[in-house]
Amino acid sequence: MKRTRRSFLKFAGATAAAGLCFSPALSIASGSPGHGSGPKVTEGSKHAQRWAMVIDTNKINTKEQILELEKACHVWHNVPHIVDEEGNPTKQELKWIWGGHFHEVFTEKHNNFPAEEIENREYPLLCNHCENPPCVRVCPTKATYQRPDGIVAMDYHRCIGCRYCMAGCPFGARSFNFMDPRPYLHELNKDFPTRTRGVVEKCNFCVDRLAQGLRPACVEKANEIAPGAMFFGDLLQEDSEVRQALREHFTIRRKPSAGTEPGVYYII
Amino acid sequence: MLERALKGGPKYWAWILFLLAVIGAGGGVWIWQLMEGLTLTDMSRDVSWGFYIAQLTYLVGVAASGVMIVLPYYFHHYKKYKHLVIFGEFLAIAACLMCMLFVVVDLGQPQRMLNIVFHPTPNSILFWDMIVLNGYLFLNLIIGWTCLGTDLRNQPHPKWIKGLVYLSIVWAFSIHTVTAFLYQGLPGRHFWLTAILAARFLASAFCAGPAILLLLLQVVKKVTSFDPGWEATKNIARTIAYAMCANVFFFLLEIFTAFYSGIPGHQHTLEFFFVGLDGNTTLVPWMWTFAIGAVVSLALLIPPKLRENKTILPIALIILVIATWIDKGLGLLIGGFTPNPFEGVTSYWPSWQELAISAMVFAIGGLVITVLFKVATSVKQELEVSQKGDVPGPVEEKPSEAAEAA
Repeated sequence: MKRTRRSFLKFAGATAAAGLCFSPALSIASGSPGHGSGPKVTEGSKHAQRWAMVIDTNKINTKEQILELEKACHVWHNVPHIVDEEGNPTKQELKWIWGGHFHEVFTEKHNNFPAEEIENREYPLLCNHCENPPCVRVCPTKATYQRPDGIVAMDYHRCIGCRYCMAGCPFGARSFNFMDPRPYLHELNKDFPTRTRGVVEKCNFCVDRLAQGLRPACVEKANEIAPGAMFFGDLLQEDSEVRQALREHFTIRRKPSAGTEPGVYYII
Repeated sequence: MLERALKGGPKYWAWILFLLAVIGAGGGVWIWQLMEGLTLTDMSRDVSWGFYIAQLTYLVGVAASGVMIVLPYYFHHYKKYKHLVIFGEFLAIAACLMCMLFVVVDLGQPQRMLNIVFHPTPNSILFWDMIVLNGYLFLNLIIGWTCLGTDLRNQPHPKWIKGLVYLSIVWAFSIHTVTAFLYQGLPGRHFWLTAILAARFLASAFCAGPAILLLLLQVVKKVTSFDPGWEATKNIARTIAYAMCANVFFFLLEIFTAFYSGIPGHQHTLEFFFVGLDGNTTLVPWMWTFAIGAVVSLALLIPPKLRENKTILPIALIILVIATWIDKGLGLLIGGFTPNPFEGVTSYWPSWQELAISAMVFAIGGLVITVLFKVATSVKQELEVSQKGDVPGPVEEKPSEAAEAA
């Protein structure tokens, strides 16, 4: 058959039509994001070589205080509040930041007779944004990845919900959407995406706020409650506030023996 | 050849219908799970894998076990396995399929599962597990189907198949090693973080898998005229006895390391298994059943007199299958997540929905085994090979056999 201009145009038209039908189907199948779902970057955005956090547990150490941080974080990031009939969190709950006892947080049984006050404190827990993150290592789709600035971020549209990262994380920092989270959102922040059922999520070190020149929600809240309770900055800048805090105080990190190099430090 | 699966008596069709009914019912629950999410399971933030992934782990072993028939036959020219090789390969096909289905039903977003292929990530062991499982499935499918087809036409097996067979033997070890690597490379899970895990997996695979195969062949012998042959059966039983010894030995190594070193992290899960941890005793009766079952099965399998008793052997094998299933299909997964990263205990027990969906996957596997075994036995029957009497000649002599037939 001779290829005329007419038949070429027909073929081109058909191909384009097929592409129009096929590509949305493909993007639904692979769960690729639509347009404009990434964080907005504004002029005053904050940058670092390695973001890190220092928490002064002398200043933030009660359930009530940590509940405030949790509220600030969870409302900002549309983290659902899933409770049973009695109002207690279920074992399928989601949390980005929460509180735990000394022995839950520092599990190596550092001391059999710890100072009472220290043992009775409540400690904030969140993703450690490790330097060697096992969750990134095990993720089979690169849905969890490490940014050049050290933040361990997630693409919720690529996550297949295999939960390998949850098995891999030594800190229990990850939550899975066992159910549709949207009915459990009481205040909706329209500037941050909600998630769908069947994907994993966790603290993102407020990468979206940093892009807009804001400090993390928990850091902002903590310093509102008790000034100097939380430091956030560049670990590789000698004059940063985190490095200054690390120079001046005795700090520990969770499970250092796991070799993940956590980016969250606790002043005891 | 597949049309041979369409000829069968009322009992055969009743069995097929039963499997289809289970698949249908379980499929309904799976659709429900797809609509509601994994909240229908008892999995949680702390025990984030459960019954599904545990079955994957167990069935990878069953898949890998075919090699215990294939290896002696091809590497050591052990002719008595000649007519059993195909059953080992077909069992591996069904087991691989079930493994992959157990991953699919465990995914939160199964419609996105091809992301593993679209975004290949070699640093993830799950990526490699996908490759080795698919690879093993297709290797066995190609080898099994080709060999059976050429047997039926009284032709020698094509030369190229030998390369694939040798590859499949190495591959069998890889599937279970890679599956063990899924667990043993995780820094925060003490119970899994042990170099012997892959070896343990292989040992338990090489006893449990052939045991299941022997039990299936007993059924085949009952319902068809195909006889696996007593000599071959005895020899497989010997392999099973050795592998179970290694399996129990490796488990005892774990116990020694944990309790002699006195390191709490290594002891917690074992305490959870046998005495309970923080008052949670969910697995205690199960793990004691495992321990007793392991000892009893060894007591019945090690002395040749008992092992080679036609009544005792199946009983010993059933006990062994139950014991190894508790160890790997229940304890290994739940134990790995207990204690959780906060040194606490979060309870887990599969919900009825999880069990129903798992029943669906097992029924699909059962259907595949039934159909493939049906095809294989009907071909063997047509060729009038049964291992009752003399064992037919080795593969190498096939051309002359074919010539004689001509």
